[in-house]
Amino acid sequence: MIKSLDDLRKIREEHQNKINLRQHSENGMNTIEVLVGMATCGITAGARETLNTFVEELGKQGLSNTKVVTVGCIGYCHSEPTVQINVPGKEPVLYGNVKKERVGEIIEKHIKGGQPVENLVLHMNFERT
Amino acid sequence: MAATRTNIMVCGGTGCLATESEKVMKNLELILKARGYDKEATIIKTGCFGFCEQGPIVKIEPDNVFYVKVGPKDAKDIIDEHIIKGRKVERLLYVEPTEKERIRTQHDMPFYKKQLRIALRNCGLVNPEDIEEYIALGGYEALGKSITEMTRDQVIDTIKQSGLRGRGGGGFPTGLKWEITMKQNSEVKFIICNADEGDPGAFMDRSILEGDPHSIIEGMAIGAYAIGANKGLVYIRAEYPLAIERLTIALRQARDMGLLGENIFGTDFSFDITLKYGAGAFVCGEETALINSCEGKRGEPNYKPPYPAVEGYWGHPTCVNNVETFANIAPIITHGAQWFASIGTEKSKGTKVFALAGKINNVGLVEVPMGTTLREIIFEIGGGIQGGKKFKAVQTGGPSGGVITEKELDTPIDYDSLLGIGSMMGSGGMIVMDETDNMVNIAKFYLEFTMDESCGRCTPCRVGTKRLYELLNKITSGEGTMADIDALKQLAYLVKDGSLCGLGQTAPNPVISTMKHFWDEYMAFVKDEDHPRGEGRYVAKNKIGVRT
Ligand SMILES: Cc1cc2nc3c(=O)[nH]c(=O)nc-3n(C[C@H](O)[C@H](O)[C@H](O)COP(=O)(O)O)c2cc1C
Repeated sequence: MIKSLDDLRKIREEHQNKINLRQHSENGMNTIEVLVGMATCGITAGARETLNTFVEELGKQGLSNTKVVTVGCIGYCHSEPTVQINVPGKEPVLYGNVKKERVGEIIEKHIKGGQPVENLVLHMNFERT
Repeated sequence: MAATRTNIMVCGGTGCLATESEKVMKNLELILKARGYDKEATIIKTGCFGFCEQGPIVKIEPDNVFYVKVGPKDAKDIIDEHIIKGRKVERLLYVEPTEKERIRTQHDMPFYKKQLRIALRNCGLVNPEDIEEYIALGGYEALGKSITEMTRDQVIDTIKQSGLRGRGGGGFPTGLKWEITMKQNSEVKFIICNADEGDPGAFMDRSILEGDPHSIIEGMAIGAYAIGANKGLVYIRAEYPLAIERLTIALRQARDMGLLGENIFGTDFSFDITLKYGAGAFVCGEETALINSCEGKRGEPNYKPPYPAVEGYWGHPTCVNNVETFANIAPIITHGAQWFASIGTEKSKGTKVFALAGKINNVGLVEVPMGTTLREIIFEIGGGIQGGKKFKAVQTGGPSGGVITEKELDTPIDYDSLLGIGSMMGSGGMIVMDETDNMVNIAKFYLEFTMDESCGRCTPCRVGTKRLYELLNKITSGEGTMADIDALKQLAYLVKDGSLCGLGQTAPNPVISTMKHFWDEYMAFVKDEDHPRGEGRYVAKNKIGVRT
């Protein structure tokens, strides 16, 4: 039973996770995108676990300015799972061999701290299209 | 357990359900389960996305990918390709007709680009059968704020200053109507939501009720608080079973949470809502007929005044508002009157929902700021005319409105400008006609409708609409003379001036406006050898349609 505005707001908080995935900030300008390659080779190498760990961790930490998106093969089968982080206004950074154990580090340093995790970066001449 | 990373939104509006979206949903569920991904992706049945022409619609979130015309057989590819492997299913993306490009996101589609969704804010975004989602999006905060932090006067002032006008057709200022009802000295008052929606081709209210029923409950509760009512009614036509079902579920959930019932938000304000089913008579949308019908009487209008705000349901002050009007209330309370008043034109604020129908590419539901031009709606949002044909006219205001032609397409839409060009806003039906449509037949179509729907209470409307129809029939069968044209014209004005309620007062509008704009088409039917071009003593007394 809701007996005050505070009660209502509590319910609002509790169920926030239900609709989070559908809320896009006005023009998507402030959203950090996490793209996880989900091609066959990626999945074999553990991309699904990596992906789920990202979703879980970001959710747990309440980082609502992020969005995890699955993408297809980008042709770096030797370095799967691949993850690309797009921070608005910055060059996209591509990571290789991102097993689920490495997810925490990327969130901590890159998504929260703004500093790419150098030893995971795939240095390619990367033009964002 | 893995956290959900994807929402698969499947349209569960009446339009998409008619094109098998239920089966699409079933298949998606089965395949998702079979592949073992049902923890990672959730399927959500939403209300109408508005893009009915391209249904069934499936949207993938957070990717923001928009699939159209999804058949039950496409479910496999959506799961196997998109959900599991992250690859868009190209063939299901919307193809923009002029550029032939496949468009990925809802954001980039011309159909959505010019829209501004206030009344439809949650349609296609939430599961309408889940109050928790509505609350998660800020639902019921406006109600809480109104009754715990604002006085009744403050609520009414906010609605007045927002400039909101009734969306049911008349365009009467909502805040003023609330104030008049509030000022009535009566213990018992009622608030009624008019969900009769009888215009042919209109489905705005239905979609709101199906897609976001809580927004109506919230709007009504705020209105009830403001005017001092404890009981609300929704008069809804029985032909809207899905809307009734969703509204019934929503009412139950709101009661369970204490958002309806006794002492809402711990205050001494109590309010509840019941449903009344209409049998689908157009005239029952007229507020006094509606009230008679609610009381179990024949659905016939009364003479006004007294207005329902003074003497309504069982003689008590009653505020009747349209569905879309109520849908606008919560956002106005939340974002403020200034915000709402900053959208639209000088005298018409906010947005309007239109149901696009007829010979238009994107049949569907759109919400645009007041002041958008008809050309933008028809050619940009609506994607132009079907089959590359030429535009001829658009009828707004349903059977009460008139036709608007090419040369007036750049008129910015608002209540006053549409009246100025011989039509009216109406409730939002917009029927587009192409070069192959005969306008005399169009007028006849509408007259047939109003003739059938006339309740028979007053003679000008009961007999007049029938005679008008007969004359139109005679003319379109090639038997008409100039005398018939003259009689048609005079009778049109007689019915308009002499009828009791809005039905009869506006029924001749389609005749008058087609005569004004498409006189040639009337003439083409008339073979009057004595007066081949309508000259001589048959020239009408009224200026309308006279050829010089
Ligand atoms: C013949 C006729 C049919 C009407 N049908 C409807 C209707 O279906 N829905 C509606 O909201 N208003 C309809 N109206 C207008 C109502 O009488 C009334 O003005 C309206 O419900 C007031 O709500 P609003 O101020 O929010 O627009 C109709 C009026 C006439 C004359």
